[in-house]
Amino acid sequence: MSVIEARGLTKKFGDFTAVDAISFEVAPGESFGLLGPNGAGKSTTMRMIGGTSLRTDGTLTVLGLDPETHGPEVRASLGVVPQQDSLDEELRARDNLIVYGRYFGLPMDYLKPKADELLEFAQLTEKANAKVSALSGGMKRRLTIARGLVNEPRILLLDEPTTGLDPQARHILWDRLFRLKEQGVTLVLTTHFMDEAEQLCDRLVVIDHGRIVAEGAPQALIRQYSTREVVEVRFGSARNAEMEGVLREMTDRIEVLPDRILLYDDAGEALLDEINRRGLNPLTSLVRRSSLEDVFLRLTGRSLID
Amino acid sequence: MTRQDAVAPVSSGVTFSGLDHVELARRTRRWGWLHYSRYRQAAEKPFFWTAFVTAIGNPVLYLVAMGMGLGSLVQGDVDGVSYLWFVAPGLLVATVVSTGAQFGTWPIFGGFKWMKNYLAAQATPVEPWQMAVGEGLAISVRMFVQAFLFWLIGLAFGAWPGAASLLVVPIAMLASMAMFTPLMAYSATLEEEGLQFNFVQRLIVMPMFLFAGTFFPLASMPAYLQWIGWVSPMWHGTQLARIVSYGMENPPWLTVVHVVFLVGCIVGGLLVAARTFTRRLVR
Repeated sequence: MSVIEARGLTKKFGDFTAVDAISFEVAPGESFGLLGPNGAGKSTTMRMIGGTSLRTDGTLTVLGLDPETHGPEVRASLGVVPQQDSLDEELRARDNLIVYGRYFGLPMDYLKPKADELLEFAQLTEKANAKVSALSGGMKRRLTIARGLVNEPRILLLDEPTTGLDPQARHILWDRLFRLKEQGVTLVLTTHFMDEAEQLCDRLVVIDHGRIVAEGAPQALIRQYSTREVVEVRFGSARNAEMEGVLREMTDRIEVLPDRILLYDDAGEALLDEINRRGLNPLTSLVRRSSLEDVFLRLTGRSLID
Repeated sequence: MTRQDAVAPVSSGVTFSGLDHVELARRTRRWGWLHYSRYRQAAEKPFFWTAFVTAIGNPVLYLVAMGMGLGSLVQGDVDGVSYLWFVAPGLLVATVVSTGAQFGTWPIFGGFKWMKNYLAAQATPVEPWQMAVGEGLAISVRMFVQAFLFWLIGLAFGAWPGAASLLVVPIAMLASMAMFTPLMAYSATLEEEGLQFNFVQRLIVMPMFLFAGTFFPLASMPAYLQWIGWVSPMWHGTQLARIVSYGMENPPWLTVVHVVFLVGCIVGGLLVAARTFTRRLVR
C-alpha cells in the first residue's frame, strides 16, 4: 500500500494554478523526488502533503489519512525539512531539538538522549550549546534535518534540502539521507539539482508549470528522453548561432543555449573528433553522460536553472 | 558516500524505537497550546535579565516621579486617599498593559515574518489556534510576574493600604491580556511592516495612558473625552485595581461591567486570533 497517494491534486491561488491536477503514489521505504524549476509547484505540493496548504481539487491521502481533516495525525508521522530554515536563532542547537520535540508531546526523558543522538547524526555534538545564529549554513541545514527526525517520522519531507550548500556539505547530507532510507524511512524530496535527484531518488516526477511532464527512475528517464552521451561545445556567443546549421547535420538532435550548444549522440567522442576534423574549432568542448538536466531540456525546452 | 558506493547498509545512528504516532497526535490535539507556550517561555529566556531590570526599574521610576514628585504637588486627597495610594494601582495596571501591548505587536508580527517560529511549529501536530492560545498563556504568566514585581516595589514605597491590594496583580494581568489578545489577532494579519505599530503605540497606548484615569479620575475630564476610558482595557483594569487596593467606591453593576469588558476582550481577541493565525498559516 502507498504511503502517499495523490489523484488529480490541484491548487489554485486566485487565477494562478500552482499545482495542476497531478497524480502520483509513493511506496513505503521509497525515495521519491519532485524535480522542477523554481515556481513549478513543488513546495506547494509538499505543503499539501503536510496539510498546511488546502487543495483546490483532487484527493490526497498520507498514511491513509486526509491531511486536511487529520492534520495533527498526519504530521505526527512526518518529518518536515522546509526550504527555509525555521530554527530559533536565539536558542542553542540542542534546545532547538528539544523545544521542537515538545510540540509532538514527547517527554523530556525521551528528548534528552534523543537530542544527543540527533546532534551526533548531524555531526553537531560539539556545537550542542552554541546558539544557532553562530552556526554555518551547512550546520543549520543539518540541524534542521536532525530536528525533522525527532519524532521518528515514517516519511521525511525535504524541500530543497541542499540548496545554498557547498559541494562537501551536500555530500555529507546525501550520505545521511541515504542512511535514513536504508533504515526504512520514506523520503520525499524536491530539488532543482539533477545530480541530487540522481543520487537520492529511486523514482521521480518532473514537474513544470504545475504539471507532471515525466515520471520514472532517473536512469530510465535519461534512457527514454536522452542519448547516452552529450557533447557540449562553445564557440563564443557570436558564433554559436552561425554554427547551428553545420552541427545540426552531424547528429539527430541539438540544443542551442545562450552560452553553448549541446549535441545529443550515443557516441560523443566520435562526434567531437568529427567536429575537430572539420576544423570547426570550438573554444571549449566536453563530452559527458546525459543527465536529468537533458531530460528536462528535452521535455520543456528550457534549462532547469534559469 | 553515494548510493552507488554503498555496499552494506550503514546505520545513520538514529534509532527508531517505534513511537506511537497516533498517541502523539492525540496528546498534541489536547495539549498543543501548552506545548507552544512552553516554547515561548524558553524563547524568552535569553532576554530574562533585560526584562527583569525593566520590570524593576519601571515601577521605581514611575513611583518616584508620579507618586512622590507629582504627588507632593497634589494638595489634599484624591478620591479620599493620598495621591500615592490613588495613583499606584493605575501606574501598575498601565505599565503592565503597555507591556502587553508591546508583546502583541512586533513579536507576533516578527514571528510570522522573520523568526519563523510559527512556521516551525506548523510542521508539527500543533495547530495554529493552539499557537495563539499558547502565546496568550505564556504572556499572561509573564504579565503576572511583572505585576507582582511592581507590587513588591510599591510595598517599599508604601503604595498599598492593605493586603487586599495583592489582587491588583491578577487584575493587571487580566487587563494586559485584554490588550494583548486583540492586538495579537491584528498583528497576525500584517504581511509587511509599516507604520501600523507606531499608530498603535502613539494613538492607542499613549492616549490610554494619559486619558484612561491613570493619573486623575476619569470623571474630572470633559465628558467628550471620557469615552477613551470606556473603550480601554487600561481604565477598566485600573478601576478594578483601585477597588481592591484602597476600597474605591464603585456601583456593583459597574464593577461587573469592568470584569465583563476585560473578559470579553480576552475571549474575543483569542477567538479572532485563532482565525487570523489559521488564515495566515494554512493557505
